[in-house]
Amino acid sequence: MTDPYRPLDASAILDLYFIENRARLLDIASFLDRIDRHPEAESARQDFRYQAFAKALALLGGSGGDRTAAIQMALSDPSTEPLESAAGLKAWGAWKGEADAGD
Amino acid sequence: MQAIDPHIHMVSRTTDDYLRLAVSGIHTVTEPAFWAGFDRSSAASFRDYFHQLTVTEPARAARFGIAHYCWIGLNAKEAENLSLAAEVLAMMPEFLDAPTAIGIGEVGLNKNSRNEIRVLEQHLELAAERNELLLIHTPHLEDKLKGTRIIMEMIRNEPRIDPGRVLIDHAEEHTIREIRDNGFWYGLTLYPNSKGSPERAIDAVEIHGTERICINSSADWSVSDPLSVLKCANEMRRRGHPAEAITTVFYDNPKAFLSQCPKFRIV
Repeated sequence: MTDPYRPLDASAILDLYFIENRARLLDIASFLDRIDRHPEAESARQDFRYQAFAKALALLGGSGGDRTAAIQMALSDPSTEPLESAAGLKAWGAWKGEADAGD
Repeated sequence: MQAIDPHIHMVSRTTDDYLRLAVSGIHTVTEPAFWAGFDRSSAASFRDYFHQLTVTEPARAARFGIAHYCWIGLNAKEAENLSLAAEVLAMMPEFLDAPTAIGIGEVGLNKNSRNEIRVLEQHLELAAERNELLLIHTPHLEDKLKGTRIIMEMIRNEPRIDPGRVLIDHAEEHTIREIRDNGFWYGLTLYPNSKGSPERAIDAVEIHGTERICINSSADWSVSDPLSVLKCANEMRRRGHPAEAITTVFYDNPKAFLSQCPKFRIV
């Protein structure tokens, strides 16, 4: 086997996965619409998770076959120093930033 | 087809799931010690849990013709309590001597804190002393990249540990290349909603090849699927990959990694 090994060509990938990814796209749109329908939507839009999500969406418009890793990096904590304590902390899915690392 | 699930938490699954695994073609599983969904109140709770992993689960699995192996360790979520961690680490050798205990795991980092790092250092010391295989838990979500890098540096700084005897689990698109480049095995976890999908896992196979990759369900007490490994194998099949390559990823690879422990045998 030769690596990287990709049995499907680009047209076959489009045929196989278009419908299910169309549905996922609509799920994302409806998630954002659900927020927008509420009077306090602006507050949610200021949340670091919403902001990170918006930046990640912009990365979808890129090209070059590396969008997934780029989004993973955009959502990651880029710091290198250990936290003083993990007590009471949880993962949020997006990096909150240096100032809030100890929240 | 036959597959090995190298990371599944059967203590959290029903006996019916053993039957589903058996009739579906998963006849060998390995179960890492992990977080129960709540913090345990004492070392005695860990003693009972390690007994469950080394005695109760192998017997429950054997009724269905499934070989059950386990990994012993203190998960990173409970590593913030250093006195508890010391008590648990002190009892680990007793359970690592069990005939079905094949190494130390899943140990690693959760939020990348100083205490988590101290406890991981102690696990690495024990692994080096006993020449144990290591199954490493990497943090979830935004903490994964940083934690994976810290863990790899810690292991690289311990010359008695061969990266070829370490599987770094829960790898994702942004960590796979660094893990591979450092000579470790890597695990991809199929976990609905919050981790990888079969499609993304097979993308990784197509990008990085079949070498040193193991795919697991990590099925546990949360939303998870004990048959996800086979569903992922089917994703590889429907894309047209040859049967030999599918067998490499889902059977030969975990067998090769796990067989580095002489206690691991497939009959």
